[in-house]
Amino acid sequence: MAAGGCNHLQLSDSWRASTKSVRNAGMLLSEVLIQGGNILPEAQDELIKGLRQRARQIRCDLVRMLAAAGSGHSGGSLSAVEVVTALYWQVLRIRPEDPSWPDRDRFVLSKGHAAPVLYAALAERGYFPVEELLTLRKLGSRLQGHPDVRKLPGVEASTGSLGQGLSVGLGMALAGRLDRRPYRVYVLLGDGECEEGQVWEAAMAAAHYRTGNLTVIIDNNGLQIDGPVTSVLSPLPLPEKWRAFGWAVTEVDGHDLPALLQAFDWSVGITGQPTAIVAHTVKGKGVSFMENQVDWHGKAPSADQATCALTELQQGGENR
Amino acid sequence: MTAIQSRQLIANRDAYGQALVDLGGRIPELVVLDADLSKSTKTSEFAKAYPERFFDMGIAEQNLIGTAAGLALAGKIPCASTFAVFATGRAFDQIRNTIAYPGLNVKIVATHAGITVGEDGGSHQAIEDIALMRVLPGMTVIVPADAIETEKAVAAAVAMRGPVYIRLGRTAVPVLFGEDHQFQIGKAVVLRDGADAVVFATGVMVAEALQAAITLAERGVNVAVVNVHTVKPLDVELIVELARRTGAVVTAEEHSIYGGLGSAVAEVLGEHYPAPLVRLGVRDRFGESGSPAQLMEALGLTAPHIIKAVERVRLRAGR
Repeated sequence: MAAGGCNHLQLSDSWRASTKSVRNAGMLLSEVLIQGGNILPEAQDELIKGLRQRARQIRCDLVRMLAAAGSGHSGGSLSAVEVVTALYWQVLRIRPEDPSWPDRDRFVLSKGHAAPVLYAALAERGYFPVEELLTLRKLGSRLQGHPDVRKLPGVEASTGSLGQGLSVGLGMALAGRLDRRPYRVYVLLGDGECEEGQVWEAAMAAAHYRTGNLTVIIDNNGLQIDGPVTSVLSPLPLPEKWRAFGWAVTEVDGHDLPALLQAFDWSVGITGQPTAIVAHTVKGKGVSFMENQVDWHGKAPSADQATCALTELQQGGENR
Repeated sequence: MTAIQSRQLIANRDAYGQALVDLGGRIPELVVLDADLSKSTKTSEFAKAYPERFFDMGIAEQNLIGTAAGLALAGKIPCASTFAVFATGRAFDQIRNTIAYPGLNVKIVATHAGITVGEDGGSHQAIEDIALMRVLPGMTVIVPADAIETEKAVAAAVAMRGPVYIRLGRTAVPVLFGEDHQFQIGKAVVLRDGADAVVFATGVMVAEALQAAITLAERGVNVAVVNVHTVKPLDVELIVELARRTGAVVTAEEHSIYGGLGSAVAEVLGEHYPAPLVRLGVRDRFGESGSPAQLMEALGLTAPHIIKAVERVRLRAGR
């Protein structure tokens, strides 16, 4: 299959080699990249290229699984693809072959309706067979409409009732600190989700307990079911709110992988305070007829629409 | 048996605080969370003994429950406490989706349940908490009758895996059991046998039922008293056996007659052994301010009310 297409080909050998060598040295590759380590510029380019290819693959997986399911949340899954890709291929210290490794980093998908993006990443990362993605939302499937921690390896918490994941992440972060374990906890929230009061209960508590091992990413795609967040019930300004609640905050283009990696590196460097990354994203990103269309919040593509979307994704340039 | 009222009085929440301190020394995974009511729920005792394992989450019950869930997912055994009305009402969706749905090992130990909250009034008197917790798949619901049973219930809840709701009251109640009291989750206990009727009681109503049975015995009516400390899973076998043996059933609870012990027993009788039943509880109304004793009297939850209920059900049973 042509480069840039939707396939399950492994990343290039050079990328894998560079990743492996840096991992063996116990460092994040992105740290080296950003902080000017010994990695050659070509290797940096390879890394980002590889991640972009991953992101494209995940988008293709999403379209296929949503079309097969006939229902599900397309827009908010697509907007989170780069965030999830950066996490699962570069940031999280995880062992897909040992999902309950006690020292693993935790990722909680608080906006549980974006389950397809989590499932695609877990499958592509090797937690379960990629073919199983097509069972999404079907009777007996481990891929429930919203993540179920009891069913699918790699899922860290059952989520879906919005506003609850940050509290769960906080509990994990507190436990990690009690046990003196090195793991970090990452929680992905929606911007509309920040309308839930519990988010701010948890934000207040996380700052109070100085959970430096806790990072929130806000998928700021600007849309919720009833329309733009600014017209439904504005949760803005998000950075100011999180800062006021005692968090260290940065903003980033949520589709810019190098910028995302830099933001995650920044979050690791902050201690004694939880960190929030406000990721500005486009709902439906990567599929032109879905982009910024509120109707695609909770809708799955038809077979024809899926073909269209896959064609577009497969033709997409490296920098898309 | 001496009159129940003359016994030593201890509040179950005091026993809870003590149980937490005892368990904390033996179980390093035990952590305790509260929502700004630690002095009232007595989790402050644990906070004093193990400050690093205690988390006050402030006046934020939804986050209290969610954080407990996260701690459980990371291998801790959290006990989350606040008043029953907040724990089960304010944070119901959190309990449903974040604890019960994934079947997490969280113990929700709520105090100030029922009308014996007293003077604070109806806004603070949880009369529907058993109902709310009982409908959740996999949730164990325990209502201890005294301080000894509270200690044993908390220890048993911490020892088992899975979500548990323990319902405790505010006021001091008679100590009914000795240290040798046998407590097993899901196993109701026949405290007193009798062939003329059976009273299935839970929580503070166990003492009232025993008192009623003593009085009735003096009149030649022998009433069995069963302590149904676990409302879920219910001891169906024992309930059917006693219903069959006596043919006249009374339930007694400091809770709404809708959805609590009375409903649970009615469900069992309806399916397995239809028998005349009178449910004693709060009858489709909220509580109000007053002393606990006044409220128990006003809402019909004392030993004399149980006696009347027994007489009523025996009449219906043709005795």
